[in-house]
Amino acid sequence: MSLLSNAAVLLGKELRTEFRSRELLTTTVVFILMVVVLFSFTFDTSSAESKRFAPGLLWLAFLFAASLMLQPCFLREQNNDTLSALRLSVSDPFAIFLAKLAANTLFLLLTELLMLPVFSILFNVPAGPVVAPLILVFFLGSLGISVAGTALSAISAQARMRELMLPILLLPLLTPVLIASAEATAALLDPAHAFRKDWVGFLAIFDVVFLTAMWLFGEYLLEE
Amino acid sequence: MIEPASAPGIRFDKIDKRYGGLYALRRVSLEIAKGECVALVGRNGSGKTTLLRITARLARPTSGTLAFVGGIPGHDSQLAPVGFVAHATMVYDELTAEENLLLFGRLLGVPEVSTRVAELLREIGLYDRRTSMLRTFSRGMRQKVAVARALLHRPAVLLLDEPATGLDSVSVQWLARTLKQLRDSGCTILISLHGESEISALATRAVRLDSGAVVADSATGGSAAAILNSSVSG
Amino acid sequence: MAKRAIWGALVVLLVIAAAYASFFVAPTENSMGEIQRIFYLHAASGWAGMTAFFVCFVANIFYVLGRKQKWDWIGVSAAEVGLAFTTVLLITGPIWAHPVWGIWWTWDARLTSTFILWMLYIAYLLLRGMLEEPDRRALLSAVFGIFAFIDVPLVFGAIRWWRTQHPQPVIMGGPGSGLEPTMRKVFFFSVLAMHALMVLLLSERYRLEKTRDEFLEVQREAEAG
Repeated sequence: MSLLSNAAVLLGKELRTEFRSRELLTTTVVFILMVVVLFSFTFDTSSAESKRFAPGLLWLAFLFAASLMLQPCFLREQNNDTLSALRLSVSDPFAIFLAKLAANTLFLLLTELLMLPVFSILFNVPAGPVVAPLILVFFLGSLGISVAGTALSAISAQARMRELMLPILLLPLLTPVLIASAEATAALLDPAHAFRKDWVGFLAIFDVVFLTAMWLFGEYLLEE
Repeated sequence: MIEPASAPGIRFDKIDKRYGGLYALRRVSLEIAKGECVALVGRNGSGKTTLLRITARLARPTSGTLAFVGGIPGHDSQLAPVGFVAHATMVYDELTAEENLLLFGRLLGVPEVSTRVAELLREIGLYDRRTSMLRTFSRGMRQKVAVARALLHRPAVLLLDEPATGLDSVSVQWLARTLKQLRDSGCTILISLHGESEISALATRAVRLDSGAVVADSATGGSAAAILNSSVSG
Repeated sequence: MAKRAIWGALVVLLVIAAAYASFFVAPTENSMGEIQRIFYLHAASGWAGMTAFFVCFVANIFYVLGRKQKWDWIGVSAAEVGLAFTTVLLITGPIWAHPVWGIWWTWDARLTSTFILWMLYIAYLLLRGMLEEPDRRALLSAVFGIFAFIDVPLVFGAIRWWRTQHPQPVIMGGPGSGLEPTMRKVFFFSVLAMHALMVLLLSERYRLEKTRDEFLEVQREAEAG
């Protein structure tokens, strides 16, 4: 079976498992909501200042949420050693990564889109006119988070103190994504509703670079 | 279930496996003939699991080579369809029996997968429970699904790592019957065991491992029964 | 043994010479005064650190492809040495900034990016600490090391681009910004000295790692035999 069809089958399994229980999605959404609300206590949300801070804080919340949401990714494959079953069944181990990163991107994007109206209301930033480009920025940012996060989740799952190790490994690595996504989002939410091609392009470059790195080195993360 | 003519033999040539400084396997050389049913015995930590995982291509040897000899024509001698039944069930608790088998069947590229899955479910006697989540199954039932998973693509080589652990006697008998059928149809089988049982009785040859090295082989000396027995006290 | 001592002594002499040059040979800078002399240590350490991280990156790749232990030892040695030099950069930054501009830290592009770089390699060493089995530790940290290094240009690029959008008063001039000829010579000499020190520290750390492995091997054989 080819790489893509293997990945598609596995993606189906990831989606089916999650939508059956929805536990990852619900806990992640609640977590982001809590972080955003707590952030709002740290500055004056009615001032013009808040408009400047808000997008950055939103993306910070997404990053924290992702570093928690990505924990079970490979950890749950240690139950019953299903990871070995997958490795025995697929023709290319990259299919496992491809499926998981696609699933993680989708889950992240879903939680972000669910948070968008809430954020819009809490901070009084109308997002209506720019929903479409915002979805693009959210997608590219989530893809970047997922690509790095899925690979690092495979690493941290094998280490001690794994719940802390994943954020420690992931957050510095994702600095470029945080900056680019926050800037692009801020520009779109600004009254001028500017679409920053430079930052969006930068996100795309990050995604391509790390996707390539994962393709080249991913299989080594699953070795015994 | 399989085509006997296509079952390969397995050749282990001076296999070493190191984890850091510890040798899990030391210069293991074995020649397993096509269609042979070999029992691998030894204490915990003697290297049985490591040898099986290397054969299944889940782990790589530190040095030495593994080859499948005289198997399906046209197949790379490094690759051969193997079925692996491990200590862990290697199936998803949060999926149903049917979903599990369909998943792995599709990944393996099994032709007419739904038919094959139904056939296997009937063979293991769980067709009626096919839409139940695996987490509701007993250990014996899960092991049956694990065996079905291993047989999806009709492998000519079957590897089993202490498959009877935690199984009740009815399930053990079922396993012994299934393995006998596979052995009789020409599968090459390698089973790791602790000692004598209904399962070990199927083996025509026994190999004993100790601290990662082959210390006894009924093919070169001693009877299979003697080797199996000696491990009970060891 | 004598060879090592000689090389070590030469490197130390080189470093002392560079220090002398930065204090007595380089002219005093106009606006900042004597404290500016710390620039030679600051910038040279930065460069030596970056080179060490590059060595780590190359070692990581060689390990993943060849699995020879020595590449793992070079990798961890290079990471530690790189981290040491980067720490010097991060500490000399505030020491320089405070007397001149009255603030301890400036979130300027280079310092910020270096801080992230520093955190990435701290994470690398932390990861190694959390992986017990030596081959696993070597392989997984090598892959992370590769990811970390390819991230570096992206980090520096993003932060610099971001800083051009939200400029802060530029207070720490780059190495190329208006260096008078003598200063430039002293700067390059400092860079050379720091690199020599880096190589010395790396090789000593490598020896340590190698000896530790040999010791463990002997210990194991003694226990087995």
